[in-house]
Amino acid sequence: MVDVINKSQKGPFVSLMTGLPGGGKTFLGILLVAALLVPLSNTLLPASSPFHVPTYLVSLMGKYVCFALLALSVDLIWGFAGILSLGHGAFFALGGYAMGMYLMRQIGDRGVYGNPILPDFMVFLNWTELPWYWYGFDMFLFAMLMVMLVPGLLAFVFGWFAFRSRVTGVYLSIITQAMTYALLLAFFRNDMGFGGNNGLTDFKDLLGFDLQATGTRLGLFVASLIALAFGYLVCSFITQSKLGRVLVAIRDAESRTRFSGYRVEYYKLFVFVVSAVLAGIAGALYVPQVGIINPSEFSPANSIEVVIWVAVGGRGTLWGAVLGAFIVNWGKSYFTGSFPEAWLYMLGGLFVFSTLFLPKGIVGTSANWIEKLKNTRQGNPDIGIPLPVKEE
Amino acid sequence: MRITIKTIIVALLYLMATQAPAYADLTDAAKGLLSKSYSDKIQATEAIAASGDPQAANLLETLLGGDLYATKSDARLVSREKVSGGYQITDIITEEDLGVVESGDLSKIRINNKMRGLINDLLGRLTLLNEDPDLRLKAADSVFKSRPKEMIVPLRDALAAETDETVAGAMRRALAALNFLYGETPEIQAEALLILEEQPGPDVKSLLSAEANRMAAIQNPSPEIQELAKNVDTALAKVEEKLAMLGVVENVFQGISLGSVLLLAAIGLAITFGVMGVINMAHGEMVMIGAYTTYVVQELCRNFAPDLLVYSLVAAIPAAFIVAGLCGVAIERSIIRFLYGRPLETLLATWGLSLILQQFVRTIFGPTNKEVSSPDWLSGTWEITGGLALTYNRIAIILFAAAVLFMLMLVLRKTAFGLQMRAVTQNRRMAASMGIRTGWVDAMTFGLGSGVAGMAGVALSQIDNVSPNLGQAYIVDSFMVVVFGGVGNLWGTLVGALSLGVANKFLEPYAGAVLAKIFILVFIILFIQKRPRGLFALKGRAVEN
Repeated sequence: MVDVINKSQKGPFVSLMTGLPGGGKTFLGILLVAALLVPLSNTLLPASSPFHVPTYLVSLMGKYVCFALLALSVDLIWGFAGILSLGHGAFFALGGYAMGMYLMRQIGDRGVYGNPILPDFMVFLNWTELPWYWYGFDMFLFAMLMVMLVPGLLAFVFGWFAFRSRVTGVYLSIITQAMTYALLLAFFRNDMGFGGNNGLTDFKDLLGFDLQATGTRLGLFVASLIALAFGYLVCSFITQSKLGRVLVAIRDAESRTRFSGYRVEYYKLFVFVVSAVLAGIAGALYVPQVGIINPSEFSPANSIEVVIWVAVGGRGTLWGAVLGAFIVNWGKSYFTGSFPEAWLYMLGGLFVFSTLFLPKGIVGTSANWIEKLKNTRQGNPDIGIPLPVKEE
Repeated sequence: MRITIKTIIVALLYLMATQAPAYADLTDAAKGLLSKSYSDKIQATEAIAASGDPQAANLLETLLGGDLYATKSDARLVSREKVSGGYQITDIITEEDLGVVESGDLSKIRINNKMRGLINDLLGRLTLLNEDPDLRLKAADSVFKSRPKEMIVPLRDALAAETDETVAGAMRRALAALNFLYGETPEIQAEALLILEEQPGPDVKSLLSAEANRMAAIQNPSPEIQELAKNVDTALAKVEEKLAMLGVVENVFQGISLGSVLLLAAIGLAITFGVMGVINMAHGEMVMIGAYTTYVVQELCRNFAPDLLVYSLVAAIPAAFIVAGLCGVAIERSIIRFLYGRPLETLLATWGLSLILQQFVRTIFGPTNKEVSSPDWLSGTWEITGGLALTYNRIAIILFAAAVLFMLMLVLRKTAFGLQMRAVTQNRRMAASMGIRTGWVDAMTFGLGSGVAGMAGVALSQIDNVSPNLGQAYIVDSFMVVVFGGVGNLWGTLVGALSLGVANKFLEPYAGAVLAKIFILVFIILFIQKRPRGLFALKGRAVEN
């Protein structure tokens, strides 16, 4: 086991890379610049200018930012507490559904059937009144509360049971997968009252702003950036606090931490719930930007894909997760557009390659190289918070 | 009066049915049909039925359908078919082709309603006495369904002559239904009721409940009817109880069938997970590869040895084992061996691999489903009683799963390889110190697990679509089975698979297929909290890595 808290040995560049305060400032700075430059370029520059950002690109980047927040939430539990959740897409989708329900209610009588209360799919199913769990979703604040509360509550209940009975490792991964699979099946049912197969779509406006308008899209993009910055601050606050140290200890030697007198399950539960809430927020911002939420968001494959973003970027480094989400999703957009056949090979190969050759992700590995290049006398090639490599 | 005549006719029929066909008798008997008088025609009809000629039924059917004609020139009975330039006629008795004539050369044999009723009766009786037991069975069942009162006597006679036990049973049931409905004395009805309740089936139940409702609706019933109504109610209750029991049996069978599919899909996983602690997310793709191997073997047989096509499924079993097993060994040597001790990373790498394999198969075979046909010896159903029929391919899968489990047990317990494998499971370092090549054992174990998955693919090709997504559909379920049963124990996998299968099938009628599955998933999630290592957990140090 490598000594975890031994920070003094690291070079300054490494500490910058790994989300310690300096790196955090750089990261937040980049977000701020993006939040300023993209809207300015979209509105002020003429469409012919090479620096003009077209509106579709704004939405696309907004989507990536949401994914980045989701990746951040997965990194918080996987990178720092060793909980590999293969069901984080469920929290993302639940947040998305909560937002979708608000947007559905906002449609009002502009739907195909013109019913002022019931969404179209309910009229189609011959329902006469709104199910109780749809009450209150016409209020924005209530809906936003639910965006955080529903995933948080599910994570709390799930985590309470799982961590208390010490379900760990692959077993935990498998039951998180079972959880999202069960939700997938449930949301496919028309009787659930969430639009079944088709999900929720045909949204019109958000807080009175037309969703198709460029201004709204820019607003959503900036809101997503703010949410990502907020998520980053929360995560780096948690990971740098004493609590974060305990989490890393749990990740590296759970039994030893428990024997040292820490209530491991409470630490895990806390970080799991925080992570689920962040994922829910990401989902809520994602839905108005893509205009639809349907049960396929719950599919286990989606959740596993999130894990690979984190793995590629660098598990255990907060902004590595963000970077991974951007790189993989940009690659996905590019390859599914240009070489649709090749994308699954690429994605699959990425899984294999990054686990075999980049166990610390792009950020961790490049930090190692830089460290080696600088040839510091301490000779410790590990980054700030090393990953556990179990010995056989 | 009429009944006695019919009795005689049927007795005659029975006597004659065994004799060799004689055109002369039938021709003679049929002559009366040419008469203008309907009473002559009726006599002729009865004589035809009594002739015992195999063509008699055909003749009566044609007559009933209004397609029977006589030639004006030589008064032969013919059926006609419209062709260009007239009508193609065929002698109805000898089936001789008589060439093409004009419409004016034929006169139609007309029948009235009385004759129609008679012919229907006679036809029913003729089939009840047909030489083919299947037709007799069908006739008896159709009597049970339509329940014509006048069939009581012919049915009783046919039953007396019946030698085939199955047909006799069906006839007894039909007769009981008739006696129950039209019996002259309450004793006959009560007796019929007793026979009926011995033969539970959905149709008996609907007959009884209809009758019970009718009796309940009678105003001021007589004591006899009250008595009968009471009997009907008890009989109905008994039939319902038996049907419920049959339903349970069928559910258990369906559950075991589903369970054995799960077992086949999960058992290879149990080996790789249990022995090596490797989460193989590409396991479903090994199943898919097995299914595609079945398809390839079938196509090879079709192209090079069409005679052997019916056995292609048998040939596919070892082929699928070898192909999937070699894939498994290749995966283990190239990827998984670098990731031992890092189960979460293994999970991710094998997931990536599963994406690659799916896309690979999609590139080669295309994204559409491939057709793997069922051989004749696997199609059809095995009907045990009225309410219970099991399909052969489901039975075959159960047997196949049992055979695979048995073979695996044998390999694990009785071979040197199995011994080494268990040694590595229990204490890898110690096993290595004793000179066991743990790397080789790992590769072979992984190959074995993958090969078994390939064999599961052969079975699944019979009940599911062979598509690149085949494996994905089973991967979550397989994990549930393994986690529920506990790793490193084949008995656990067996118990896990069967109990999940049966539970699923019992929940389905109440909750629907999707909800049943959700319940099962939630149950397993809760179960894991209680027993984090499954039903049959390994004990001792092996548990804590």
